[in-house]
Amino acid sequence: MRVPLNWLKEYVDIDISNNELARKLTEAGLEVADIQIIGGSWDKVYVGRILAVEPHPNADRLKLATVDLGNRQWTVVCGAPNLAVNDKIAFALTGAKLIDGHTGKLEELKPAKIRGVYSEGMICSEKELGISDNHEGILVLPQDYEIGKPLTDYMGDAIFDIDITPNRADCLSMMGIAREIAALTGKPFRMPDLSYQESGKEVESLISVEIQAPDLCPRYCATVIEDVKLVPSPKWMQDRLTACGMRPIINIVDVTNYVMLEFGQPLHSFDYKQIRGQKIIVRRAADDETMYTLDGQERKFKHNNLLIADAERAVAVAGIMGGLASEVQEHTKTILLESASFSQAVIHRGALALKLGSEASSRYEKGLNPELTWYAAKRATQLMAKLGAGTVAKGIVDCYPGKPEKKPVSISERDVKRLLGFDLTLGEIERCLSALGLECEKAGAGAIYAYKPWWRNDINCTADLVEEVARVIGYDNIPESLLSSPLPTGEGSRLFNFRQQLREIMAAMGFQEIITYPLTSIEVLKKLSPEGELKGPAPLKLENFMSRDLEYLRNTIRAGVLSVLGRNQRNRDNNIRLFEINKAFIPRAKDLPKENEILCGLVDSVVPDNYWQSKPKPADFYYTKGVVQAVLAKCGIQADFVSGDDPSFNQACCADIMLGKTRIGVIGEVHPQVLANFDIAEKAYLFELDVERLFSVASKPLVYKAASKYPSVTRDIALLVDADVTYDNIQTALKKFSIVTEFRLFDLYKGKQVPAGKKSMGFRLTYQAADRTLKDDEVDGIQKQILALLSKEFGVTLRS
Amino acid sequence: MLDQLEEVATQANAELQKASSAEELETWRVRYLGRKGQLTNLLRSLRDVPIEERKAAGARANQVRNTLEAGYTAKKEKLDSSTTVSIEGDKIDISLPGEPIQIGRFHPTTRAIKEICDIFISMGFQIAEGPEVEWEYYNFEALNMPAEHPARDAFATLWVDYHTPTGARPMLMRTHTSPVQIRSMEKIKPPVRIISPGRVFRYEATDATHEWMFSQVEGFAVDKNITMADLKGTLFEFARRLFGQDRKCRFRCDYFPFVEPGVEIAIDCFMCGGKGCRLCGNSGWIEILGAGMVHPEVLRGCGIDPDVYSGFAFGMGVERIPILRYGIDDIRLFYSNDLRFLKQFS
Ligand SMILES: [Zn+2]
Repeated sequence: MRVPLNWLKEYVDIDISNNELARKLTEAGLEVADIQIIGGSWDKVYVGRILAVEPHPNADRLKLATVDLGNRQWTVVCGAPNLAVNDKIAFALTGAKLIDGHTGKLEELKPAKIRGVYSEGMICSEKELGISDNHEGILVLPQDYEIGKPLTDYMGDAIFDIDITPNRADCLSMMGIAREIAALTGKPFRMPDLSYQESGKEVESLISVEIQAPDLCPRYCATVIEDVKLVPSPKWMQDRLTACGMRPIINIVDVTNYVMLEFGQPLHSFDYKQIRGQKIIVRRAADDETMYTLDGQERKFKHNNLLIADAERAVAVAGIMGGLASEVQEHTKTILLESASFSQAVIHRGALALKLGSEASSRYEKGLNPELTWYAAKRATQLMAKLGAGTVAKGIVDCYPGKPEKKPVSISERDVKRLLGFDLTLGEIERCLSALGLECEKAGAGAIYAYKPWWRNDINCTADLVEEVARVIGYDNIPESLLSSPLPTGEGSRLFNFRQQLREIMAAMGFQEIITYPLTSIEVLKKLSPEGELKGPAPLKLENFMSRDLEYLRNTIRAGVLSVLGRNQRNRDNNIRLFEINKAFIPRAKDLPKENEILCGLVDSVVPDNYWQSKPKPADFYYTKGVVQAVLAKCGIQADFVSGDDPSFNQACCADIMLGKTRIGVIGEVHPQVLANFDIAEKAYLFELDVERLFSVASKPLVYKAASKYPSVTRDIALLVDADVTYDNIQTALKKFSIVTEFRLFDLYKGKQVPAGKKSMGFRLTYQAADRTLKDDEVDGIQKQILALLSKEFGVTLRS
Repeated sequence: MLDQLEEVATQANAELQKASSAEELETWRVRYLGRKGQLTNLLRSLRDVPIEERKAAGARANQVRNTLEAGYTAKKEKLDSSTTVSIEGDKIDISLPGEPIQIGRFHPTTRAIKEICDIFISMGFQIAEGPEVEWEYYNFEALNMPAEHPARDAFATLWVDYHTPTGARPMLMRTHTSPVQIRSMEKIKPPVRIISPGRVFRYEATDATHEWMFSQVEGFAVDKNITMADLKGTLFEFARRLFGQDRKCRFRCDYFPFVEPGVEIAIDCFMCGGKGCRLCGNSGWIEILGAGMVHPEVLRGCGIDPDVYSGFAFGMGVERIPILRYGIDDIRLFYSNDLRFLKQFS
């Protein structure tokens, strides 16, 4: 909100610098985002009077103006259309800093020869002075400004731009800010005099008010102004409105805006002649009731909308927008002025449903104290009278069914100590609260009761009072201490740490971490199957979404990872290794979705550039499997890889990763059609591991096994095996011999040297016993048994 | 027996030195270590040695075998290797590039979260996490923001298309990490010190400074006698550890419905030192944290008596840290996953 300091000075004395004031306000919760200085560069601008205006000898459009500054007269060249003898104007001497009308930049005024005439000084426009953008003519000053005085004596100002938090609707006003300044600087607050001469009829004879929905409208005040004369408001009022960023319109409208800015209470004026039956009724709308609003739109209401009606029909949407039929117009003779209080919820709901937001509704939504209405009604009526805008009726109609109970809130020395961490005496606490206008009374030993003042709505519990005390004391003055309370027990950080370990091993293996969005579209999810079908559980849908690409909660994270590979291949990045740890959302009946945390890795098969010592080979299934095995080894897990049928993969190259009977992941070569769907050029290998399942197994306690003290024996054997016998078949058989502590496939060969339909597998076996040194013939014996088993089960023979 | 062993050892070693091709080496292996090799034969004959000699002879025999095997392996590797600089004693060109070992990197958000959490973990906080799809109750009501509360306007919400039989629409994408406060306090009783990182979501059009998904770290401590001075001390200490010990901190009143009193913490701008620049929006200060004393209604709602216990809570944006530190000028870079961006954060 724009707050001109000169206006504030009507209510409070300010004797600290702008920066210090901004610091104090900001510290107390009213953040000063900007200070605009009006007249900060006016040290050579004075009030002058035009003595004479003569034609320029060499130019039709220009004139020569003689200006009286009291001590001296100046003749300058001027092109403004509104030069008039005797007008008071702002006159800048050489060296003054003015805004250039064309470039908008601050520049120093230099003497100049304009069309052969020497000109020293300048008669200024509003734009040149930085007051507004008006550059059409010179600024004409009021006649009571004294010639020769610096312009800053009359017009300098500082405009604070303050961000108001939603709990402080009272501070969306000059008086609200002034009260804060008074409390923060220890100055008294001056309440303006609200009295005025009532000269018209009794207001009750002109209008009556009935509130049928007191839960939504606790108070409604109304006054009537007759014989209205619609003329522009005086300059001082226009200037203040302009300084606050509002456009002056006409006296009646300007007064309501002025009072809203001053008190924070929105007002609304009706054309009294259009209010049928001399009656205002505040009521809920009938379902499907309609009305044309000020903007010319026909609006349809529901039962939970609040309307202002007359005896026959709706005339306004309460607190949001007036009706077209009762709008004040040029020919309006009598005005009904409304100053009312509405519930936050009804205005919020109404503005949202009707898609109608206004300055008034945004204030009501934040919550205004109903006490404000009476003060604002009185102030507006006073200003109408003062401005001669019409004849004001006697009295104010005040319908107040929702007067809140006066509720005390207690605060003690202990409360302050307990929440703020330092000692304050009850006297100091009371001083802080009184400074903010709270009424205080004793509430027994060490405590006081405080009552919130009529302009505030946000003080309802002890903690609220503690904050008020802290604001006045100054947040800066709160001491610093470190937590001294006992350390909590538990091991909450373990899953977080485990996830971090997974990231570390993935990064160590050359994988780049990515993070993708959880929202996607059905089209993208369909890309994951070669047939373009949606697989997996039906994903959850959003009710409101920003675009069609972000309409559904993903049920798998692999689509995001594949998209990233496709996009980055286009940037000619090669040898891409990606991983992501993120959530897939699996819907559940009547519950939040299950959030499955998945580690997904993706490897492209682009051949890396040659290294001078060797030719790198492209990544393949076994490389990717090696990565998975490294992750599993890091977790202390031995998992089985069994043939899988996940449709995203080439079915000839796809495995489920099993832990006993539980599937903890999947790995495979991405199906060529799926690759094409994601614009991926070469083969790619993808795996997924369920993070929570890994964690639950990885966190099982480990038991140490002593290494054997006896030497081991290694033997190499070459087996001749049928082509359809798998490594896993052999492995399973070898594992039956516990004395074989290690076995490693070092060679796999198919081709000329072996018979058709066979393959040769070279294994290095390590034999070791825990309790003795193995003798050669013992090893020979075991090896015979192994060969016998392999021969019996798979027809394996020893290759000679 | 021992003499025989030594003789074989010496001879074998000498011949091994001389072997200069794979064939010669293989012949050597068969001669000494093969099934019918000299050493193998000696080992076999050990069983005929008198028992009192056998132990010493056996030990020595094994030793010799190990030495010869190791020598064989080393020689084999030497002969097998095809490096261009195989001549012993030649100086190698140490300036040639090493093998291109690819390194992976964490996402900058992960790094920032880790950095933030590590500081709090060192102060005795523990991690807790909550769901990204949340009930309206945890996201708003329990945090003192009932329906139509004006502060809800600051949280443009993405709602899940899920309706109860009564027509309510209670499921949403969480708009902040604060629901974890409630979920944690419902489960565990004081003393509590929790830090909770996570992603949050808003209904928002994106541009260089707005993203609909971003990350927050939420934290809170609840116990008897936790004060605003503790809040100030703890969070100033955090700010100095994260941004440097000589940073100045600003502590000012702010408003969040779930705390009272409310606080905002800023540090003096490290770009301009507080004079005002583009980075700090000319204010000289950079806001980093919103915080406050947990609102008594929030405590009560979690079954914690606000007359006995008190606590502070805070929340901060994560992406802001790398944005400030590295001068990233577009927040959309974080989740568009362009490797040319991500690879810069080692
Ligand atoms: Zn700066």
